[in-house]
Amino acid sequence: MSWQVATVADVRRETETARTIVLDVPDWPGHLAGQHLDVRLTADDGYRASRSYSIASAWDGSDGSTIELTVEQVPDGEVSPYLVDVLKVGDPLEIRGPVGGWFVWKPEQEGPVQLIGGGSGVVPLRAMLRAHAVAGTTPVRLLYSVRRPESVIYVSDLKELASSDDVDVRLVYTREAPAGEPRVGRIDAELIEQYAFKPEDGATTYVCGPTPFVETVADLLVAAGHDPARVRTERFGPTGGPR
Amino acid sequence: MGIVSPGFTGRRGGGTDLPPGQYLTHEFPVLSAGPTPHILTDHWEFTVTTETGEKYKWDWAALTALPAEEITKDIHCVTRWSKLQTTWKGVSLDTLLADVETGADFAMAHSYGGYTTNLPLEDLLDGQSWIAYEYDGEPLHAEHGGPARLLVPHLYFWKSAKWVRGLVLSDSEDLGFWETAGYHEYGDPWKEQRYAGD
Amino acid sequence: MSDYLDGNAAAGALSELFAVDLTAAIAQCNGCGQTTVFAESRLYVDAPGMIARCAGCDTVLLRVVTTPTNTYLDLRGLTYLRVPNS
Repeated sequence: MSWQVATVADVRRETETARTIVLDVPDWPGHLAGQHLDVRLTADDGYRASRSYSIASAWDGSDGSTIELTVEQVPDGEVSPYLVDVLKVGDPLEIRGPVGGWFVWKPEQEGPVQLIGGGSGVVPLRAMLRAHAVAGTTPVRLLYSVRRPESVIYVSDLKELASSDDVDVRLVYTREAPAGEPRVGRIDAELIEQYAFKPEDGATTYVCGPTPFVETVADLLVAAGHDPARVRTERFGPTGGPR
Repeated sequence: MGIVSPGFTGRRGGGTDLPPGQYLTHEFPVLSAGPTPHILTDHWEFTVTTETGEKYKWDWAALTALPAEEITKDIHCVTRWSKLQTTWKGVSLDTLLADVETGADFAMAHSYGGYTTNLPLEDLLDGQSWIAYEYDGEPLHAEHGGPARLLVPHLYFWKSAKWVRGLVLSDSEDLGFWETAGYHEYGDPWKEQRYAGD
Repeated sequence: MSDYLDGNAAAGALSELFAVDLTAAIAQCNGCGQTTVFAESRLYVDAPGMIARCAGCDTVLLRVVTTPTNTYLDLRGLTYLRVPNS
């Protein structure tokens, strides 16, 4: 697969530090929920930097050639500040994708789906929820860990998805909770016990977030008796990739 | 062929005293190609193996008993950051190799954790390289290569092997970890020798 | 500090070279013999290239370096990659 040029069709502010970019990609072949793509930036002297980003939208064939990325700005980052603050509607953007065949959810997959996201780790999980809303028949639960209420990406979207009988959304606040939510703190064994599917439910679990978050959650799941083979992880780092 | 991203400059714009294509940083970025080895100085050993197979060894006490130098140098990473006036303390390779009998032209540095990098032996001599064990007045942290790393500041910083455990001297040039994967065999930042063939 | 990602993140670089998605392939490490999905290897990207290591024994499974003109791929740490026939 090689690089191709997409065009920015729209941009949407999600939080103070995150933005959704709607891309128009000619001849988009379609993608599976959870896949990512690489973005490459080139300066006028030829200097390049590339990073991987999860695709936030699901593809059902009717969307034609439009996909969405949601990018969280990394302090002192090189690529994310450009994508969040500089890139504008009508600009070209080089992409390579969709790629990745492991951290994906397919509608024909059996068993419940447990999604656990930390921060912008919710992005590929949102694609899975979107795909599930169209074609899913199994129960889905999302545990979504954020610092504070203002950090929630896809607020209205999640509210809408959570109103479905199949979908259960539980937000976890690590720094500051909204009024009426007494719990402030990271995901722990008790929370997994309360809100995640049980090992005997046969769920496939998808965990996405910064490396330490994924590490902690994956360890909690295995300690709670979940089969490691049914826990799929996607870590992201502060820089997200070389060059 | 690609496109130019409108308004993208990258994290650069270093200034005239930097090698081409580098940008200035005041941080000390940590690059890692694997898990960080944590080597206790009690277990640390540095071995020079000559082309005839003769070995010269230093343990931590022997290394730190040797005359040390304070070193202030600019460093340049092939991932394009440069950091100016970094201060180190360590033992010159001139001191360590003074009594080593060799006619070899090349050296391969080996590290705890398995990393390797190749250098001409002459680039390790004449006040150009050190086994450094302090950075900025503190014992060198494991993430930056402690307890001791090779310091060869006139070449791209991948040549300054972290967690160094020895040198193997030879008559012919073999290639190290990055050099076998497309990076330049020598790596002079001022000639921008990043990749093989540059 | 553990600064690695999952093998998943190598999918883009590998797609430049292979028509099938290797991150979903079954990989055997020739260091310890462990067999897992390549996506579950540990990927180090804060480096001059991309390095995948076995999650069991840290053996280097694969390295990818992209230069302005070429891509270097080293698969020496893999005994095999198993991909279902399409």
